[in-house]
Amino acid sequence: MSLWNFSYAVLGLLLAPLLPGITNRTKAVFAGRQGPPLLQAYWDLAKLLRKGTVYSRTTSWVFRLAPPGGLACVVAALWLVPVGNFAAPLAFPGDLILLAYLLGLMRFMTVCAALDTGSSFEGMGASREVQFSALAEPALILGLAALAYATGSFSLSGIFGGVTRPDWLQVGPALVLVAAALLIVFLAENCRIPVDDPNTHLELTMIHEVMILDYGGPDLAFILYGATLKLWLLGALLANIFLPLTGFAGPAQIACLVAGMVVVAVLTGVIESVMARLSLLKVPQLLVGAAALSVLGFVLMLRFAP
Amino acid sequence: MSAWTDIILVSLILTTFWLLGSSRLASCIRICAIQGVATGLLGVVGGGITIRVAAISLAIIVLKGLTFPWLLSRALRESNTSHEVQPFVGYVASLLIGVLVLAFSFWADSRLPSLAHGASRLVVPVAFALLIAGLFLIVARKTAVNQVIGYLVMENGIYTFGFGVVREIPALVELGVLMDVFVAVFVMGIAIYRINRTFDHIDSDQLTLLKG
Repeated sequence: MSLWNFSYAVLGLLLAPLLPGITNRTKAVFAGRQGPPLLQAYWDLAKLLRKGTVYSRTTSWVFRLAPPGGLACVVAALWLVPVGNFAAPLAFPGDLILLAYLLGLMRFMTVCAALDTGSSFEGMGASREVQFSALAEPALILGLAALAYATGSFSLSGIFGGVTRPDWLQVGPALVLVAAALLIVFLAENCRIPVDDPNTHLELTMIHEVMILDYGGPDLAFILYGATLKLWLLGALLANIFLPLTGFAGPAQIACLVAGMVVVAVLTGVIESVMARLSLLKVPQLLVGAAALSVLGFVLMLRFAP
Repeated sequence: MSAWTDIILVSLILTTFWLLGSSRLASCIRICAIQGVATGLLGVVGGGITIRVAAISLAIIVLKGLTFPWLLSRALRESNTSHEVQPFVGYVASLLIGVLVLAFSFWADSRLPSLAHGASRLVVPVAFALLIAGLFLIVARKTAVNQVIGYLVMENGIYTFGFGVVREIPALVELGVLMDVFVAVFVMGIAIYRINRTFDHIDSDQLTLLKG
């Protein structure tokens, strides 16, 4: 274990707030606007951290626990993510389950806090969030299971260290299917278009934004920072699949993955610019479709993997 | 060679999933056309292109990629319908059933003796999945257009199976089958028109009202 193993998580802690900036820039280019500065998320966080907090009398400790608790979950999950051949700082068989459920725990806290406010409006958002994530989870787990089968390892580090260029020649279509499923999960989990619109404040359509309406100050900063880290984490899973194709080895892989994160952020911006948000009734179809892609990828792996 | 066949087979499955989950009839017709073209290409990329194979593939691509979609979209335009409103089985449930069908086909294939020649190992399960999913579309949807599409998916499955198992299907048989399919779609196009004239929409479900 060397310093390189830690580098990706540390870089994530530093660079994650850049990703929304890149996405917003891409959207601005598409719309012919100038757009907010790339570092906007950092300024927002700095501003929020300096402010005080206000709590409603209806809320209890559950409401106050959620922002730091959620941030702790996603930071813990960050140490499970490997880069190519560099194992994650925390790697053990079965850590992919832990990853999925750390994200689940983070969501659970946010949902509980939203219910704790006693606002029916936030309860509605919580209900939607839970419904959609219940459908996104099978897609994520099945996709990871397909990769686990192909590489014969049950740990994220083993999986992404095990995907090689010959694998791409042998089971390329299956890997593309799994990557497509993970992309849909990435968009759904991070509340991006076509599932949720991060900019909307129209009550009938928002999902994630509505749950955090009552937060302000440092609490909101924790939530926003946690959201960017989640973006960084799930984007890394996606970019890792394609890493062997670039043919880099050694520390260059880490630079390459960071470049991959930029590509993922730009791709998100492009998707948000060219697609409309799906109606709420159509979202389950999309997520079940993602699960179907994962299953197809899994079945193909069963057929072709040695 | 095998890689291209595999990609086409995977695209056949993907288009079937899409058909199972899509409610807009116009896009269903377009996807069905794409699937037809993919089926036609299956013979071409399989290696060993002879004039006979090329002719059959061309006939399939022209019929399934151009003629059928044209016939169906004309029927659709005349009937003023754009969506399948209330299918017997919902779209999410249909997708899940599609996944189950896929799993079942792969299981069934593992019980069969493997094919002698070196065809792709995906051919038979994909063919099974298309057959069953096509049949399911016919049963689960109400509009006649979607039922025709289910029929075409089924036919694509049969062709894929023939391609994988026999490879050298006599041209006469293949053209005969194509002719049958063409007549079937043509007749169903007329049937859609008639159903529409009689009931003001194209739900074949309404035909039960004709019972004296």
